Amino acid sequence: MSRAPKTMFEKVWEQHEVIPETADTPAVLFIDLHLIHEVTSPQAFTVLRQHGLPVRRTDLTLGTMDHSTPTRTEQVFGGAPIAVESAAKQVRELESNCAAFGVELLGMHNAQRGIVHIIGPELGITQPAKTVVCGDSHTSTHGAVGALAFGIGTTEVGHVLATQCLLQRKPRTLAIDITGHLRPGVTAKDLILAIIGKIGVSGGTGHVLEYRGEAIRALDMDGRMTMCNMSIEAGARAGMIAPDETTYAYLEGRPRAPQGAAWERAVERWKQLPTDSGARFDKEVTIDGSAVEPMITYGTHPGMVVPISGSIPTSKGDAVFEKALAYMGLQAGAPIKDQAVNVVFLGSCTNGRLSDLRSAAGILRGHKVAKGVHMLVVPGSQQVKKAAEAEGLHKIFIDAGAEWRESGCSMCIGMNGDTVGKGQYSVSTSNRNFEGRQGIGARTLLASPLTAAACAVRGRVTDPRDLMKG
Amino acid sequence: MEPIKTLRSRTVVLPNTNIDTDQIIPARFLTTTTRDGLGQHLFSEWRYDAQGALRPDFALNRPEAQGCQILVAGRNLGCGSSREHAPWALLDYGFRAVVSTEIADIFRNNSLKNGLLPIVVDEGTSRWLLEHPGAELTIDLESATLTLPTGDWVKFSIEAFSRYCLLNGVDELGFLLGRMSDIKAYEQRVQV
Repeated sequence: MSRAPKTMFEKVWEQHEVIPETADTPAVLFIDLHLIHEVTSPQAFTVLRQHGLPVRRTDLTLGTMDHSTPTRTEQVFGGAPIAVESAAKQVRELESNCAAFGVELLGMHNAQRGIVHIIGPELGITQPAKTVVCGDSHTSTHGAVGALAFGIGTTEVGHVLATQCLLQRKPRTLAIDITGHLRPGVTAKDLILAIIGKIGVSGGTGHVLEYRGEAIRALDMDGRMTMCNMSIEAGARAGMIAPDETTYAYLEGRPRAPQGAAWERAVERWKQLPTDSGARFDKEVTIDGSAVEPMITYGTHPGMVVPISGSIPTSKGDAVFEKALAYMGLQAGAPIKDQAVNVVFLGSCTNGRLSDLRSAAGILRGHKVAKGVHMLVVPGSQQVKKAAEAEGLHKIFIDAGAEWRESGCSMCIGMNGDTVGKGQYSVSTSNRNFEGRQGIGARTLLASPLTAAACAVRGRVTDPRDLMKG
Repeated sequence: MEPIKTLRSRTVVLPNTNIDTDQIIPARFLTTTTRDGLGQHLFSEWRYDAQGALRPDFALNRPEAQGCQILVAGRNLGCGSSREHAPWALLDYGFRAVVSTEIADIFRNNSLKNGLLPIVVDEGTSRWLLEHPGAELTIDLESATLTLPTGDWVKFSIEAFSRYCLLNGVDELGFLLGRMSDIKAYEQRVQV
């Protein structure tokens, strides 16, 4: 074995090489955890049936339903049908496929159901040094614990179901060092938006990102997941953060984390994982965390982002830029602050965890959602919902005039009944402001939970620090 | 999968940069359980107006674009969601290749696995292609070359194994299944 210093990514990669890559063939990479959901799995099960193949490792496969499931309580629990028949069929098909192939499914009424990227870490099944895949680009979320986690297509879902392996070329590495500390009112969401604004929506293409530095070490696990979640919005294959005491404290005692002596052995193993000093990355970027402001997007991809105190850039005659602003109904050069807001969405795999709900509730406590603003709060999982209710957060949202729902992808993807209307401005804690992402003609401004709550109170784009005490 | 060796077709040009897979196939069409019939929804919001009528000014709707099998697009094509429905929709519509200076990782992988050729070209070639919609191109997979109607040609890079599979109609799942003894040995070795 070579003793050359290695990056964390290289260590995880090498530990999972069934067959290393050559000039002619990609590596055969072993997958430790395969998460499946209703939207990207049906065609893969069809392929298994066509070939007469079983799911090779049901013990490493876990299903849930999140994308096309409704979030209204009466639809989830009251027996009211899913409004869209094709979505209902998709859910039924996941149920029948999991039953037929022996895959565990956290189904519609399961207390552990939730958005696939929320429940993996929450259950402790997402662990450092694992390879994790799912037919969903936001699988990068799981890298927050030091896993190598990436999204795959449905053909590859079939490959993993059949063989527990993938054919993969080794990606390059990009270190993103965040110096200094985030200031009050500035969150992981603002930091990742600032990073995407700097490196661009294809700045990470072909690379696995490793977020490092003081500001990252100071983040809690929820914040780290927000960072890794949006790695794909920079085009990256995956995002990773080295495990540390924060990681171990988060994972210890979770139902599917190792227990007892196995836990001790696992932690000893995980401590070998962080990037060795002197290891080389293909690229490195440094960002001053203390200079990051609360951020908000103004355009139709996550790289079109400015500080809330800033202005929309001027045009420079770029037709694509002008098309984006025309779609958004915004003016080049204008301030983004005080832009009117119609909808506020708090949730998604980016910002649907307990600390996200807490920080938004902290702003909303004692306030009302502004007249004419529709605010939807959708916990990322049923367990997040339960924990939030145990500390009374739901009362704060409901008293403020927001809707409190069951978990799911909801308005992030707008394929489950929850959508933003044509031409409406939505301040959303989700991850994509693409044209039509939240509904046909919807205009999405991505921001942190703090900012979203502040915008809900004022009915306009607002710097959350204006509403924060002290 | 049918082997692919060469493709000769005129181009349709969408000069937009960062065309995400939500544009290629919006999420509301993902509540399907098959791969078929997605072509009718390709670029739905750009192709149809609110009444469902074709927008005559959209590139795909122009008479000269009919039957074109090569889509030329601006930088960073296919970013965003991992939905394989994007290449399924492009293929079902009739495209056989997409050309850009940058193609997003997951979309490129998904395209290769379905026989949609993701061709990455240099800035100069891309500029020429964007300025010449309808140009008849020849894409030769064996030599990994793209030939312009001027007779000029450029090499493009394509991952060696994917090219082999496309040229020979090899199914990657079959290849992986053929490595089962290595997979079993790995599982024993690391006790996973």
